[in-house]
Amino acid sequence: MRHKESEITVNKGQLSRKDESVIRIRGLKKSFGKKEVLKNINMDVYKGENVVILGQSGSGKSVIIQCIVGMLSPDAGDLKVFDQEVSALGETKLKELRIRIGFLFQSGALYDSMTVRENMQFPLIRILKMKDQNEIDQRVEEVLKSVGLYESIDKMPSDLSGGMRKRAGLARTLVVNPELMLYDEPTTGLDPITSREISNMVLEIQKKYKTTSIIITHDMECASITADRVLVLNNGEFIAEGSFDEVKNSKDDLVSSFFK
Amino acid sequence: MADEVFKGWKGWFAESGEQLIFFRAFVRNLFRPGFEWSEFVRQCYETGYKSFTLVGTTAFIMGLVLALQLRPALVGFGADSLLPKSLADSIVKEIGPVITAIICAGKIASGIGAELGSMKVTEQIDAMEVSGANPLQFLVVTRILATTVMVPLLTLLGDVLGLMGGFVAINITSKVSLWLYFNKCIAALSFSDLLPAFIKTIFFGFVIGFIGCYKGYTSNKGTESVGLAANSAVVAASLWIFVIDAIVVQVSNIIIY
Ligand SMILES: Nc1ncnc2c1ncn2[C@@H]1O[C@H](COP(=O)(O)OP(=O)(O)OP(=O)(O)O)[C@@H](O)[C@H]1O
Ligand SMILES: [Mg+2]
Repeated sequence: MRHKESEITVNKGQLSRKDESVIRIRGLKKSFGKKEVLKNINMDVYKGENVVILGQSGSGKSVIIQCIVGMLSPDAGDLKVFDQEVSALGETKLKELRIRIGFLFQSGALYDSMTVRENMQFPLIRILKMKDQNEIDQRVEEVLKSVGLYESIDKMPSDLSGGMRKRAGLARTLVVNPELMLYDEPTTGLDPITSREISNMVLEIQKKYKTTSIIITHDMECASITADRVLVLNNGEFIAEGSFDEVKNSKDDLVSSFFK
Repeated sequence: MADEVFKGWKGWFAESGEQLIFFRAFVRNLFRPGFEWSEFVRQCYETGYKSFTLVGTTAFIMGLVLALQLRPALVGFGADSLLPKSLADSIVKEIGPVITAIICAGKIASGIGAELGSMKVTEQIDAMEVSGANPLQFLVVTRILATTVMVPLLTLLGDVLGLMGGFVAINITSKVSLWLYFNKCIAALSFSDLLPAFIKTIFFGFVIGFIGCYKGYTSNKGTESVGLAANSAVVAASLWIFVIDAIVVQVSNIIIY
C-alpha cells in the first residue's frame, strides 16, 4: 500500500490532513446465494483523492459502492465511512451519512415524471430541507450552469440525450454538495468526446469542491484523466494498486490486459 | 406435481409475509412528519380524476342494461313500479362499488404497478433512497392515500351515473320524471344499506393502491418485471376486491340483523 494506515481521527470542522481516511474497508465479503462476489476487499480512500476501480463486468465493482452507501450489507468485514461503521448505523444515522455522499447511477436515474428543474429541487427541499425559493432557484441554476445544462432546465428527462442525462444526474448529486462522490461508470455508453467532457468534469469537481471520489469505469481514458490512484478488482480481491501509469505498466498479464 | 403445489403455497406464504412488512412500513411512514401534500394532490388527480370518464361511462351503460334486463322479469309479476327500487338496491349496494373497483384495479393498480416498477428498474427508487430521501413516504404513502380517497368518490359517481342509465332505459318505454325516479331510488335505500356499501369502497381503494405499490416497489430489476408488476397487480387487486366484498357483506349482515 502506498499510503500508511491513517491513525488520525476525523474531527469535524478541523481542516483535513493529507491522509485523513474517508473510507476504510477491511476483509469485506459479500456473496449472493452460492456466488461469492467479494472475497476479501481491503481498501482505504483518503480525503480529496480520486480512486478509480477497474475490473471485469460482473466482478463486483458496483457491489462495493453499494455496500459503502448501505444499500447492500456485507456478510463479513469492516466498512467505515467517515469513521462510522456503516452496517451498525440506525435509520437516522444512515440517512445522515447518505446526505454526505453523492451517488451517480450509471443510468443517471433521473426522476422521469419531473422536469430537470424539479429533479434538482427534489434533494434540496426533501433532504436539505431548504425553504427559501430564491435560494433554491439560485442553487439549481448555478449547478446546472456548471454542467452546461442551463438551457434544458424546463425539459423532461425523456427529452434529453444520453450525455445530457448523465450531466443532469451529476448535477442532481452535486446540488447538495456531497463530501464523497461515488461514480458508477460515468462515461459508459457515451461517445469519446462526451466521455472526455464528463471525465474532465469529474476532475473539476474534485478540484472545485474538494470532494473525495471513487470512480468505477471501463473507460481507460476516463481512468487516465481522473485517477490519482487505480485499484484493479479481480475474482473478489484487489490484485493491483498504484498510479495509472504504474498499473498500466504492470508486469502481471492479468493487470496489464485491462489496458489493451 | 405435489412438489409444485407445495412450492406454490410456500411462495404464497412468503409473499403474504412480505406484504405485511410492506404494510408496516406504510403505516410507519404515514405518521412521519413531512407529509407530501402536493404529491398527494397530484396523485389524486392522476389516479382519480383521470378515471372519471371511464368509470362514468361504464356505470351508465351497466345501469341501462340492467334496467332493460330487469324490466321484463318485473313486468311478468305486474311489478314494474318496483324497477327503481330494485335498480337502486343492486347498483348502490353491489354493482356500483364492485364494478368501479374492478375498473380501478385494471386502470389504477396496473398503472401504479407499472410506474413504480419502471422506477425500480431505472434505479430511480434506489437513487431516492441513497440520496437520503424517503421513497416510501414520497411514492407509496401518497399513492395509497390517493386511491383510498378517490375510489369512494369514483364509486359515488358510478352509482349516480348507473342510476341515470336506469332512468334512461325506463324512459324508453314509459314516462317517469327524473325527480320521481330519484325519489323512489332514495326511498328504497336505508342508512344500513349505505354504510357497508360505503365502507367497502374505502377498503377497495386502499387495496388497489396498496397492491399496486407493493407489486411495483418490490419488483425485480429486469425489464420484463415492469409488465409482470402491472399484470400481477391487477390480478391480486381484483381477487382482494371480491374477498373484501364477501367479508364486508357477511360482517355487516351479522352486525345489522
Ligand atoms: N442485488 C443483487 N442480488 C443478487 N446478485 C447481485 C446483486 N447485485 C449484484 N449481484 C451479482 O453480483 C455480481 C457482481 O455485480 P456488479 O453489479 O457489482 O458487477 P460490476 O462489476 O459492477 O459489473 P458491471 O461492470 O457490468 O457493472 C454479479 O454476478 C451480479 O449478478
Ligand atoms: Mg456495475
